[in-house]
Amino acid sequence: MMAKNSASELMRRDQVWPFLQPAAAGINVDKNVILYIEDLNLSFDGFKALNNLNLYINDGELRCLIGANGAGKTTLMDVITGKTQCDSGTAYFGQTINLLNYSEADIAELGIGRKFQKPTVFEAQTVFDNLELALKSNKRLLPTLLARLSPSEIDRIDDVLATIGLTDMRFQQAGALSHGQKQWLEIGMLLVSEPRLLLIDEPVAGMTAEETERTAELLTSLAGKHTVVVVEHDMEFVRSIARTVTVLHQGSVLAEGSMDEIQSNPNVIQVYLGEEA
Amino acid sequence: MTLWQTFLSRRNSLGSPVLPFVTILLGLTALAAVGNLWFPPESALHVSTYTITLLGKYLSFAMLALAVDIVWGYCGILSLGHGAFFALGGYAMGMYLMRQIGSRGVYGDPVLPDFMVFLDWDVLPWYWLGMDQFWFAMLMVLLVPGLLAFVFGWLAFHSRVTGVYLSIITQALTYALMLAFFRNEMGFGGNNGLTDFKDLLGFSLQADTTRVALLISTALILAGLFTLTHWVLKTRFGKVIEAIRDGEPRVRFLGYRTDRYKVALFVYSAMIAGIAGALYVPQVGIINPGEFAPLNSIEIVVWVAVGGRGTLYGAVIGALLVNYAKTRFTALMPDGWLFMLGALFVLVTLLLPKGLAGLYGQLSTSWKRDQTDQHPPNKEATS
Repeated sequence: MMAKNSASELMRRDQVWPFLQPAAAGINVDKNVILYIEDLNLSFDGFKALNNLNLYINDGELRCLIGANGAGKTTLMDVITGKTQCDSGTAYFGQTINLLNYSEADIAELGIGRKFQKPTVFEAQTVFDNLELALKSNKRLLPTLLARLSPSEIDRIDDVLATIGLTDMRFQQAGALSHGQKQWLEIGMLLVSEPRLLLIDEPVAGMTAEETERTAELLTSLAGKHTVVVVEHDMEFVRSIARTVTVLHQGSVLAEGSMDEIQSNPNVIQVYLGEEA
Repeated sequence: MTLWQTFLSRRNSLGSPVLPFVTILLGLTALAAVGNLWFPPESALHVSTYTITLLGKYLSFAMLALAVDIVWGYCGILSLGHGAFFALGGYAMGMYLMRQIGSRGVYGDPVLPDFMVFLDWDVLPWYWLGMDQFWFAMLMVLLVPGLLAFVFGWLAFHSRVTGVYLSIITQALTYALMLAFFRNEMGFGGNNGLTDFKDLLGFSLQADTTRVALLISTALILAGLFTLTHWVLKTRFGKVIEAIRDGEPRVRFLGYRTDRYKVALFVYSAMIAGIAGALYVPQVGIINPGEFAPLNSIEIVVWVAVGGRGTLYGAVIGALLVNYAKTRFTALMPDGWLFMLGALFVLVTLLLPKGLAGLYGQLSTSWKRDQTDQHPPNKEATS
């Protein structure tokens, strides 16, 4: 399967062979599109988690992905961040970088940050240490061994601590935080790593109404400088932040457009919103 | 802001357990050394040479426990094969000591060790060359365990073998090495191993002063490695290592290549185990394939569990206590020791999950819980 895939990749006439391309010098967003997902397929034991999925994300936009359970939202994120290998298809980051050739760590270094569905912070370490680990820096072995926080880095962490409202808990163990605070800490870890593209999986699960509102504000303020893709079930929340919404259904895109367009789309009403009504 | 920055710099300096640990360790070693060399045997303050050797042996075991705690306590890699690195370091030192015997062996051959003459070999195998040089042998003490740990770690961590599977293959590693070293054809003395050592750097191994010097060297090296390790684990590298223990996939998504970090830590730990083996051999006077036995490696894990993992000093305390208990117990009831060891492991796992080092914290939290139970409104106010 893989061999056939790479053979057809070699014969593509719209691009030169990878080793002839100049080494990717940063992310090329000339066409104003930062992420090109094309014909992505992935099946687990016959279940098609992704089915010829095509998705384009513009540079600097805030995009919401919605869809019922099993629609392939989280799987899509797994493929983009290198956690899962897909069966066929391409995922380009900018014009030149094929994400499918890179490992998780490489992809993080390229500037794709991810927040997980279940908040995963390092519970045995302090809030400050969690942020220090996520800091945008050289993550190779020796530089990490000899790394010392520069004053500007400390300021950066302090800024983020203020943004996520955890300034008073900077030396508390992350395990002692409440669920909502852990969600915020994880968003903070994304912020200090200064990614180009943020993939955020269910940011407001388990948050109070007030926390949800603050999260919405934060995410909208991030768009523009960063590109943000949010997966969320909470339709109120999606309505409050989204300009463009993509609906996934059974591993492919069902509809795309503004919230109003989506809500009046007959297909969507049938398969997704219909269940709610 | 200034206060805040001072706090940060304070946090990174060699704080907490290092100074007390080094002071106590070196202080006790100095007392033992003075007791042996300056007080006559009939004095009450005299420390026998037997005790000195025993202490030296315990301290090299403590160093081995330190090595296991580094990978297990801080990175969650439960290695059940650290005895292999210890034994390899020991064999490197043993080869040097064998070549120092020279023509004083039973067969009087100036170059070949006795067991090779006995096997009718006429030339020294290539891997014995250079082992008559102390610096070269010491290099091998570091390189051989380090290289094995690198190859093994690279293969295992690169293919993301973790948890119990990793523990099982470390057991297989040490078992395979044991079987290999039992073979006479390997050229390491087979079943009998290497023994009958005469002197080290020209000093007779039977002399009291050499024994005391070996104990002091072991204590100094242990103190040095403890300090170095403490520093390493306080750097950002150490934080990454701890983060790998608590959530390796998450660390990968932060952009760290976790397999390289684990290999680096594993190699570092294996080298410490090698040094421990090299210090152990001249003090006990023998190295044989029994040191590779899987049971030995499991025993190290028990020492660390008893002392408390993830603290470094806990591992040292655990190694000293369990080995002291072993010395006393095997004298009283040789057959009972293994049952004792098993019971110890079960009890510690059930009652003291954080070991002796965690006992204080465990007691103080349960005391606090009692306090809050008596004043329930207090708890509600804080939450």
